[in-house]
Amino acid sequence: MSKTAKIIVILLAGIWLLITLYPFIFMLQTSMKTNMEYFTTSVWAFPENISLDNYLTAMNSGFIRFYLNSLFVTITSLVIIIISASMAAYMIAKIDFKLSNSVFSFFLAGMMIPIHITLIPVYRMTQTMGLYDKLTGLIGPYVAFSLPISIFILTGFIAEIPRELEEAAYIDGANIFQIFTKIIFPLIKPAVSTVAIYNLVLLWNEFIYALVLISNPDKWNLTLGLWNFQGQYGTNVPMVMTGVMLSVLPLLLFYIFLQEKVIKGMTAGAVKG
Amino acid sequence: MQKVSKLTIFIFLLPALLIFSLYMVAPIPLSAFYSFFRWKGFGERVFVGLNNWIELIGDGIFHKALFNNFKLVFLSLFGQLPIALGLAILLAKKTKTTDILKTIYFVPLLMSSVAVATLWSNIYDPNFGLLNMFLQTIGFENLFIDYLGNPKLALYSVIVAINWRYIPFYMILFLAAIKNIPDELYEASRVDGASKWENFRYITLPLLRPTIINASVLSLVGSLKFFDIVYVLTGGGPNNASELMATYMYKNAFNSLRMGYGSTIALALFIIAFTFSIIFMKVTKKGAK
Repeated sequence: MSKTAKIIVILLAGIWLLITLYPFIFMLQTSMKTNMEYFTTSVWAFPENISLDNYLTAMNSGFIRFYLNSLFVTITSLVIIIISASMAAYMIAKIDFKLSNSVFSFFLAGMMIPIHITLIPVYRMTQTMGLYDKLTGLIGPYVAFSLPISIFILTGFIAEIPRELEEAAYIDGANIFQIFTKIIFPLIKPAVSTVAIYNLVLLWNEFIYALVLISNPDKWNLTLGLWNFQGQYGTNVPMVMTGVMLSVLPLLLFYIFLQEKVIKGMTAGAVKG
Repeated sequence: MQKVSKLTIFIFLLPALLIFSLYMVAPIPLSAFYSFFRWKGFGERVFVGLNNWIELIGDGIFHKALFNNFKLVFLSLFGQLPIALGLAILLAKKTKTTDILKTIYFVPLLMSSVAVATLWSNIYDPNFGLLNMFLQTIGFENLFIDYLGNPKLALYSVIVAINWRYIPFYMILFLAAIKNIPDELYEASRVDGASKWENFRYITLPLLRPTIINASVLSLVGSLKFFDIVYVLTGGGPNNASELMATYMYKNAFNSLRMGYGSTIALALFIIAFTFSIIFMKVTKKGAK
């Protein structure tokens, strides 16, 4: 590469690095300032004191509960998604039945459905079922919109498992439930982890169903909580930035530890409907 | 292969089928049904025939929202994809530096839409926001721009925030595809004396074609049904300047409690998004042959 070309490449990489990274530096340093300090000193300045006061205040004004609520909904949904999707995927991938292809297409078509068309009916159904303003009310829609992509990924993976393994188990007298739990499920762990990570990030950050199905502050998840928090603290920019930091931190830590897996999981959803 | 009874198959499929049908499929005919009523979401449903549909066809705000959706489609396709491709090429050669850059470039994708919107509303704040402070620092003190308050700018400002968040996604997609191109191809062309640009033009770009088409479909569909960053950042305002179909649908249904009309907009959104993705896939498939 010529020298000028090299300089241009480094320059572009640097500019994008700044565009990506600086907002995070801004959030971090602002979150440690007092409101007074933010409005009287330069926005570029480092905080006068490294203080976690804003974080303590935010945690005490709801973030602990938002975390717990999000954790509950996300984990419960994930468990149901993984079990129901892998059961369905096993049938579609391995068992010959007349409607196998139709069932598969039926689920895949779900990727083309914008969730907005479900909002009003789901809102009504949730009320009728007595699940409005309950965290459990979020689980149904969360599982439903995660199923198409999860079934797609798992079916592809299960189809690759050699038939001999199941046949050997069948000859040894195992029934289909045992084959599924003892042979298939342990073998599809890599695909399950992809599905789990993809849906974890999606559900942890989900906003619109929570907005429609939850109004009680005790039941706010992280996104709904942050949305109300920034409304409440409006002009207290350091406090608002603290809220944003708190909402990003869990996934950021998760990402730092499982980087490659997270990157792989997040792009696994990139299939056309 | 072992015999599996119909009942067993049914039991295995049941949980997924049930939840999926109830929450994703049944709502489509239900929305179509609601679109013939005037209804607050509770109480009496008044049958109004095609009135909601007639209103929609003449609704200037809906037209504006639809047009904004198309602007978003266009600016996402031609904003996100080229930058993402450029970054992917930048990162294609695996070194320590590119590894670190990739790690950092990816991070905006982990933020929730609410977090992205909250961050950007402080970047755009006319009095204390980062952008105007930056303009001030480099000497344009009188150039205080109201990025979200100016109806001419609002939609574009929001789109910049959207692009910031989604570029990493397409970058990773392209990066994975570039890494799948066998090195031998580049080596062979080097022997033939090809330049870097020729390598890109005649090897990288043609082989990335399926990925680029795939990314375009995702971007198109995503843009037609876009909601959350816009809703949190501007609420569709000022004066519907950044309104999208989905934000307009939400506001009608859940703020004005016009559930019947909201359902009509939702159905229109569904039909438009569906039709355009089918057309787009047909056209690109034909071009590939």
